[in-house]
Amino acid sequence: MTGVTPAAPQAPASVPSLGKPEMKRTREGFGHGLLDLGQRRQDVVVLVGDLSGSTNVSFFAEKFPDRFIQVGVAEQNMMCVAAGLAAAGKIPFLATYGAFASCRSADQMRVTVAYTDLPVKIGGAHGGISVGPDGATHQAMEEIAIVRSIPNMKMIVPCDYWETRKATVAAADDPHPNYIRFGREPVPVVTGPETPFVIGKANLVRDGGDLAIIACGVMVYEALVAAQELEARGVRARVLNMHTIKPIDAEAVVRAARECGAIVTAEEHQVHGGLGGAVAEAVVQSHPVPMELVAVHDRFGRSGKQEELMAAFGIKAPDVVRAAERALARKRAR
Amino acid sequence: MPRLEMTLQELKERALFVRRDIIALLARSQSGHSGGPLSSADFGTVLFFHEMNVNPGRLDDPSRDMWHFSIGHITPVIYSLMGERGYFPLVDLLQFRQFKGHLQGHPSKHDTPGIEVSSGSLGQGLSVASGMALGSRMDGIDRRVYCVMGDGEQQEGQVWEAAMFAAHYKLDNICGVIDYNRKQIDGDVQDVMGIAPLADKWRGFNWNVIEVDGHDVAALVQGFEIARATKGKPSLILAHTVMGKGVSFMEDDYKWHGVPPNREQADQALREMGTSLDAWTARLERCTKPEVAPGPGPGV
Repeated sequence: MTGVTPAAPQAPASVPSLGKPEMKRTREGFGHGLLDLGQRRQDVVVLVGDLSGSTNVSFFAEKFPDRFIQVGVAEQNMMCVAAGLAAAGKIPFLATYGAFASCRSADQMRVTVAYTDLPVKIGGAHGGISVGPDGATHQAMEEIAIVRSIPNMKMIVPCDYWETRKATVAAADDPHPNYIRFGREPVPVVTGPETPFVIGKANLVRDGGDLAIIACGVMVYEALVAAQELEARGVRARVLNMHTIKPIDAEAVVRAARECGAIVTAEEHQVHGGLGGAVAEAVVQSHPVPMELVAVHDRFGRSGKQEELMAAFGIKAPDVVRAAERALARKRAR
Repeated sequence: MPRLEMTLQELKERALFVRRDIIALLARSQSGHSGGPLSSADFGTVLFFHEMNVNPGRLDDPSRDMWHFSIGHITPVIYSLMGERGYFPLVDLLQFRQFKGHLQGHPSKHDTPGIEVSSGSLGQGLSVASGMALGSRMDGIDRRVYCVMGDGEQQEGQVWEAAMFAAHYKLDNICGVIDYNRKQIDGDVQDVMGIAPLADKWRGFNWNVIEVDGHDVAALVQGFEIARATKGKPSLILAHTVMGKGVSFMEDDYKWHGVPPNREQADQALREMGTSLDAWTARLERCTKPEVAPGPGPGV
């Protein structure tokens, strides 16, 4: 794995209150992370494609107007302007909706940014079905598949406000291109300001040996709720927060396969090419175990409220529990 | 001195060397583009041997001008210019497009030191150059950024996003160059997808447009000077050129856009240019040091 030190077994962070969690927007974490960076590094600049408010880069724009670049509705241009800025020595962060960042400017990301291996930092807002009322066009659910197929790219899907803020800051220190995916609506806060964050190193958030749930983004919370329900049924589930999908923490994945013997992955993304695929690639090549994938199954989204959409698309905690039962049955049948 | 400021006579001679290099390397690789590299040889030579402040001996020289070829497919002329200017030994040209060489089919930063940003997908380069120009201005660096585009490439929408951006931010440290040879891979540009009136389009996007004969070295030198003196808006050199310029059987024929000459055709082309395939290949083989390449000597 590139640039990632293998982890020593790690104690789980304090388990958050699952009943009535604090709710906070991940995009606000991105905005505040950029503010942290603005103060810390003079070489950080921020570009936006006419979405300052909804990506929360407006925080940076107000504080550091000389380092803020409005590009207008021109995502392809934005991706390459960012590349040029990086070639001139800047650390550019660009922000737009993930649907555009990953699809509309995919060629620009591939050829100009990634092939050149420039430290362009792509902020993909409005990731996942949880975007809600805007509907299918704006619910980005293909970014993981696209980004992780491109050499030199790293793909980060933080789980909450604090992790998005830390991922944003950490990305600036990485001399390669990164994509950070975050969402629109408030989501449960499951980490704190002191929770460690290292790109490429999964966080163990709940220990257990009967089954592992490997999740990213908002699904980390759903995985924890599912683990609690499973415990009531006598199943001790391990929960891994796989905030970096590429490079995947293969060591943590394989350890989970060996020690738990069954894996459920959970993501707010298309099932093809996402977190589940990345985990499966690591598992099948070293320690195959039964796996179940909780994800959006090859469908476009639609308008609705966050909660009802997540339920309708089969990515709430009860769906994770059902997937766990299937994986456990297959494990027992072996 | 990073800037060479050659005389017009020296520039004409160097442009001829570049054309000979293009033919010799294509004859060896038997893969690559002939037409655009030959139409770009004159303005390319003026850029690398007169206009631009480049320092092949210190690639990260903070005072250097930056250059970017948005038309990555014209690598035969890019590499010939780099080799003649001393970025790498000229002999390397004979490994163009080969697995063991460092000269990829399209420019690659990590294979060929001196390339600032990799390119090869049309339409992206002016955006890259705009980022370089804006970043340099933010840092107070007195630098010019040069971006070479094709005429067929003007059909890409992103070109116009970048044109809007550079004018909006008044990036007068950018100089675009369009190789206006009026041919693209499928035929005449006006038949494939018309781009006229091209100069008016760029003027409409608030650029300073300088139309020149792209094979008149004196006019090119003057055009770049006008661009450099223009403040408050980006400049574009609209270089009227002839595809395949310098080789009788290639001139103005779109079929030479993307194919190389075979050995016989290459020898004929080089004889038209006062040398031969064997003689010019031998000159490349002799140049094993990264330096401003010496003249070929008598009898070549």
